[in-house]
Amino acid sequence: MENLEKRNEMWAFIITGVLILISFIYYSINIYYIYLIVYIWFGFAYGMMLQYGRFCFASASRDLFAAGVPRMAVGIMIALIFFSIVQAILSATNMSTFHPAPFGIHMLIAGTIFGLGMVLAGGCASGSLYKIGEGNGTSILAVIFGLSLGQAIFVDVGGIFDKLVPQSWTESALSKKWIPSYILKSGWFDQYLVGYVWNQPQYTIAKLISGGNPKAIHYFIGNSLINAIIPAILILIVVYIKWVRKGFIKKRRKQKGTTGLSDELAGIWSMITASKRTSLMGVLIGITAGIHILAIKAMQVKFAVNNFGQLLTRMGHGLDFSAKSKLYDPAFTGTLSEIKKIVGDVTVGNTVFDPGYWYITSQEAQFGAWILEKLGWNMHDNMFFGFVNGIPELWRNPALWMSLGIIFGSMVMARLQNEFRFKWPRGELYVWGIVGGLLMGFGSRPSLGCNIGAFFIRAAGGDPNGWVYGAGMVLGAFLGVKFFNWWTERKMAKEMAEL
Amino acid sequence: MAMKFEKTGDGTYMLDVCGFVCPHPQIYTKKSLEKMKEGEILEVIFDNPSSKETITQMCEQAGHEILEERTEGGKIILKIEKG
Repeated sequence: MENLEKRNEMWAFIITGVLILISFIYYSINIYYIYLIVYIWFGFAYGMMLQYGRFCFASASRDLFAAGVPRMAVGIMIALIFFSIVQAILSATNMSTFHPAPFGIHMLIAGTIFGLGMVLAGGCASGSLYKIGEGNGTSILAVIFGLSLGQAIFVDVGGIFDKLVPQSWTESALSKKWIPSYILKSGWFDQYLVGYVWNQPQYTIAKLISGGNPKAIHYFIGNSLINAIIPAILILIVVYIKWVRKGFIKKRRKQKGTTGLSDELAGIWSMITASKRTSLMGVLIGITAGIHILAIKAMQVKFAVNNFGQLLTRMGHGLDFSAKSKLYDPAFTGTLSEIKKIVGDVTVGNTVFDPGYWYITSQEAQFGAWILEKLGWNMHDNMFFGFVNGIPELWRNPALWMSLGIIFGSMVMARLQNEFRFKWPRGELYVWGIVGGLLMGFGSRPSLGCNIGAFFIRAAGGDPNGWVYGAGMVLGAFLGVKFFNWWTERKMAKEMAEL
Repeated sequence: MAMKFEKTGDGTYMLDVCGFVCPHPQIYTKKSLEKMKEGEILEVIFDNPSSKETITQMCEQAGHEILEERTEGGKIILKIEKG
């Protein structure tokens, strides 16, 4: 036992040491890579906190429906409240990188698919990463086959899928002449993104209540209080009434005879403090996510850029401006080598995926696309990679480093708590991991984000879209729990028959 | 890999869900407890750390008592008395 603890401690030091060394190497190559180093260490911090707090968004609604446990729902609402306050401060001081997303029913549909997927896979997008750090093989399958490869293929397929796209989307997409024609040649997702999603309005409550010109007070009242704090408190009250109150008040009545408002408040407090590590990590994650935004914005100000792609180009890995016009030639065929020669790591617009805050799934899609391109699949001829996010080499991908940081941060924390154990999936877990991962991938692209990018960041940033996606996630989780209840009941019945 | 639910003695049962990830350990534990009588003991063996918090809170809320908690080489073992 002592040997195991020592070995785990040693591994924790080795992993941390290697990341420090990698950071120094990047810094010595070029000061611009400090941008990437910041992503690594914020990822590392998220990973440690997620693992310590068992912080998984799948668990929030799933454990409520499956086991009546509110621990994670409470943790997320606490994180959301703190994050929204920090976001409001940053927006009020013009130091925020947050931007709302196009509003629409697609968010609810995508959220439902994602919610079902996260229950099947046994973890949400961020949860799957921290569980890889614990040695969970099912999560590795979910991330590699579902969230990475599945997502990349999902945004690139054309053929028969193109026929499902309404004519109005295609016409709207083709009318946008600032997009090179080789990109819009085929691909249902391109038509969906350009012809439908980009036509939808974007809201924040601060903008709505200020008539489009928000000031500091509007960020605090609109984005933080109205869009995040009040809904979060209402959810906490609903969770208390539905899942906690009955048991708590019954105990109080036994002790005191009668109960009143103070007992109800004590009940809510006991629900919040029932899992101290989850609630505490909720506070820390909320604050850290805010500081992360500040750190990225500070670097953008320092280097006078608004996207890491511009720095990649300055370092010689990005766009060849002298050849850019070739991409807009209608005769341009768009073969992979020709496009790569002109754009390098970045997009036609000289950007790469650089969210400026905590994000999970887009970089995993980039990882999948990078692998598929090495196998000869052209991933640059679609909107998602060719025009919006780019496909940088893995070692120059800032957001991907954040995901690796999450895995390694979680691994260090799991090692320090002697909880690391590699578990290769067997039997049915292959199916749940891959199918769940695919559904999470499919459910995060139409919404341009997952449980973090589409729900957590947006709900805290004043974008009502976050709650639409969140409602979908809850609905999907409910369906997933119904399925697993049926599945486990069936297996239990078999076991019980043998007794 | 298979889940194991066995009667190990008079009023004592064992649930082995090693290898399973969320939400299986917590769902199997809940279903096992539902099928047992008050006062009977369930020993749950699992190796998914995230399930521990949920199972512990589930027992507290449902009035089951956790009599013993130990770890053995990455496996977590909870002894629960149904309340």
